[in-house]
Amino acid sequence: MTALRAILTRALMTAITLFGVAVIVFVVIRVAPGDPIAMMLPPGASDDDIAHLRALYGLDKSIVQQFFIWLGNVLQGDFGTSISIRQPVSRIVLNRLPATLELSLLAMTIAVLFGGALAFFATRFRETPAETGVDIINGIALSVPDFLWGLALILLLGVAWPVFEISGRISPSLDPQFSTQFYLLESILRLRLDVTLDLLDHMLMPALALALPLAAVIAQLLKVSLKETMNQDYVMLARTKGFSESHVISHDAFRNALLPTLTLTGIQLTFLIGGTVIIERLFSYEGLGNLAIDAVINRDLPLIQGIVLLFAILFVGINLAVDLLYTVLNPRLRHG
Amino acid sequence: MPLTRRDLMKRGAAGVAGATALSSGLYVPRAFAQESDLTIAYNVNLPSFDPTVGLSAVNPTIQGIYQSIFDQYIGQEPDLSMRPGILTDWGWNDDRTKIHMTVREGATWHDGSPVTPEDVVWSLERAGNPDTGNPIQFVWGKIGGFSIDGNVVSADVKEFEPTLFKWMAFLTGYVMPKAYYEKVGADGFEAAPVGSGPYKVDRFERNAFLKLSAHEGYWGGAPAFKSVIIKFVPDASSRVAEIDSGKSQVVFDITYEEFDRLKAKSGLKGVTTPISDIAMIFINDIEPMTDKNVRLAASYSIDKQLLIDRLLDGYGVKIDTLQTPEYSAFDPSTVVPYDPEKAVELLKASGFSTDNPVKFKIQTTRGFKPKDHEMIQAIVGMWRKVGIEAEIEVYEIAKHYELRATDTLAPAAFYNWGNSIGDPATSTGFAMFGPSPHSVWDGQEMIDMIGPLWGEPDEEKRIAGYKAVDKKIAEDGLAIPLLQYVQPIVFSDKVEVTPSVSGAVLPYLMKPAG
Repeated sequence: MTALRAILTRALMTAITLFGVAVIVFVVIRVAPGDPIAMMLPPGASDDDIAHLRALYGLDKSIVQQFFIWLGNVLQGDFGTSISIRQPVSRIVLNRLPATLELSLLAMTIAVLFGGALAFFATRFRETPAETGVDIINGIALSVPDFLWGLALILLLGVAWPVFEISGRISPSLDPQFSTQFYLLESILRLRLDVTLDLLDHMLMPALALALPLAAVIAQLLKVSLKETMNQDYVMLARTKGFSESHVISHDAFRNALLPTLTLTGIQLTFLIGGTVIIERLFSYEGLGNLAIDAVINRDLPLIQGIVLLFAILFVGINLAVDLLYTVLNPRLRHG
Repeated sequence: MPLTRRDLMKRGAAGVAGATALSSGLYVPRAFAQESDLTIAYNVNLPSFDPTVGLSAVNPTIQGIYQSIFDQYIGQEPDLSMRPGILTDWGWNDDRTKIHMTVREGATWHDGSPVTPEDVVWSLERAGNPDTGNPIQFVWGKIGGFSIDGNVVSADVKEFEPTLFKWMAFLTGYVMPKAYYEKVGADGFEAAPVGSGPYKVDRFERNAFLKLSAHEGYWGGAPAFKSVIIKFVPDASSRVAEIDSGKSQVVFDITYEEFDRLKAKSGLKGVTTPISDIAMIFINDIEPMTDKNVRLAASYSIDKQLLIDRLLDGYGVKIDTLQTPEYSAFDPSTVVPYDPEKAVELLKASGFSTDNPVKFKIQTTRGFKPKDHEMIQAIVGMWRKVGIEAEIEVYEIAKHYELRATDTLAPAAFYNWGNSIGDPATSTGFAMFGPSPHSVWDGQEMIDMIGPLWGEPDEEKRIAGYKAVDKKIAEDGLAIPLLQYVQPIVFSDKVEVTPSVSGAVLPYLMKPAG
């Protein structure tokens, strides 16, 4: 009963959060400078022409009226029609979402692996110059923002030593004819190694740019957490059993040290997805972020609303997933 | 032998290492494989394929892509002069109450069907229908009552529009396939567009690339490059990396510093062309700009050549009117001198000096056009020396459009005006005619001078009228034209590029070098 109440409370909170986001976004983008109709006004437009264009895009009503019309439509699954692309917003954003999700998850995987490895290494060789080396690497990775990593990677691995593709998600010569937009996942499942490698060729640089700052955060937090755990009684016991230090870290200390890192990583994932906006633009990657910038430039109000709402749903979903995972991994919460 | 966890981890690690090696080693050469005959890194994304409706229809930067897929009613040479397009002949009757257009024989759509007079009529009727959302409907709606006789289309003129045929080579002036569009609808057309232009659409990945293949039956001759990829790379530094790494063969709209560096590289060439975009400062008819002395002082105290030399590395052409040398109403005799002493005198006559400067706000974008903000900073510095203290406000271009449409711009506002058909009506006319939503100066003298020119049937008289308007603008300081932009294009030395004054980068005008 308590669990059910907790779930219902959480669901209600989620609904309130999303409604709040919808209201804020709707109001903010309408009071923000820039009128989409002014941007498409023909040189000789008369007042009647302007009024006609406003009516055509549903911008002739009050903001309150526009909001409730939009909300009513959203509740029926209709997010409106993009002003610039002139297609249903839901279709556009759902087509682009998989590209962003795959990039984010690849970046997250790299960050977790890299950050975890650094933390492991620093713990294994704690209080030695190796730990100082890891701290320096962390410091560098953290102090450089993701878009600068992107530029540096383009110069290094795109131009000076051209290993990876600079722009796009897949080579134009490859037409995978997949049934979903989850190209990476589907190419792996279908064992289309050519497509998988081509996708990685395009995705590794943007994913690395997104991953490096997060990897440093993970490494730093996990290292601190591991250090504390290494002084616990059960770890001492493991040592006295004669296990190697690496074995003790990986088998005994790691799981308990993981919990605080997991929570932070979940929160960081939302920042990482936010970071895709600039990184996707830099690498001309065909995801939601790149689309969002065009939508803002064009003052495509329905598309901006759709993208922001989708991002909000994603963030809420990720936080929910992290909470659930934390419950599963934390025995005190699981049994209490 | 049983598989232990340790074995599994070791094999897994070996697998990851192998995959990494494959992707970074074996896979590298494929990245350089020739995927097309020509790859161009474009500076914008393509929102929509229909070139006649919506926002993208009036985006000048996208027109080069549209012109690769679709034909315009009337074509345009790289120097902006008109040439036959789908129409081979066009004109008015004597009293300007009718027009006639001869439709080209032998032109075909990408699906092989012929381009017909019915297609032309349907396209014009659709463009003139306000419900389709054509932003230039105000022009197309001025003709109607179409009739077809063989290959000749006639129409009634509801309201005389001297620039009608020029618009046929300009924004939204594209011929669309009637039968195909009616069969597939708007959504189907977006999914699989069909035009009659030199290239067919093979594949489109939004925000990533557009793959084109040659329309071998093109009436103007098959394109030299059979396969073209247009990569959408809006970030200028990424475009530089594209050509620097050899992954694209043509890039444009990069910084002039990068242009100079890249064109000096082995295997690359560069060309710069003055295009039909100008930088200007709008003057609003509010205080203190209602004082002619202040306006003229603001104009005389700007050393335009210095701006070009110092900020644009010499890439720009100084202008004194809203016409560039390629425009039909360009008048070299209208000159606004750089004369800071005169500016000081004028300000003194109005009671201003460096100790008691006239103060106003100037608005500008930052990064929308090359060195826009820096240019305004330099101008404010020049103004300060003569007794003008201007406060800079930076805004986004969308804000500029909104303020201009509501006539609430600051006393001075930087802008760039494009006019790829070079007609004075679409530069001076719309920019300076008070009732136009794009004008900023709303003075009656401009309305009186420009008003009669909208419907002036005598072309010589019309052009002469606009030259007089431009002279008046210069004499009264009603706007401050600054410079004509120069478009930098860098390309592989294996490609021959023909630039266009319109600024459209057209793969059809490119061919293999040598």
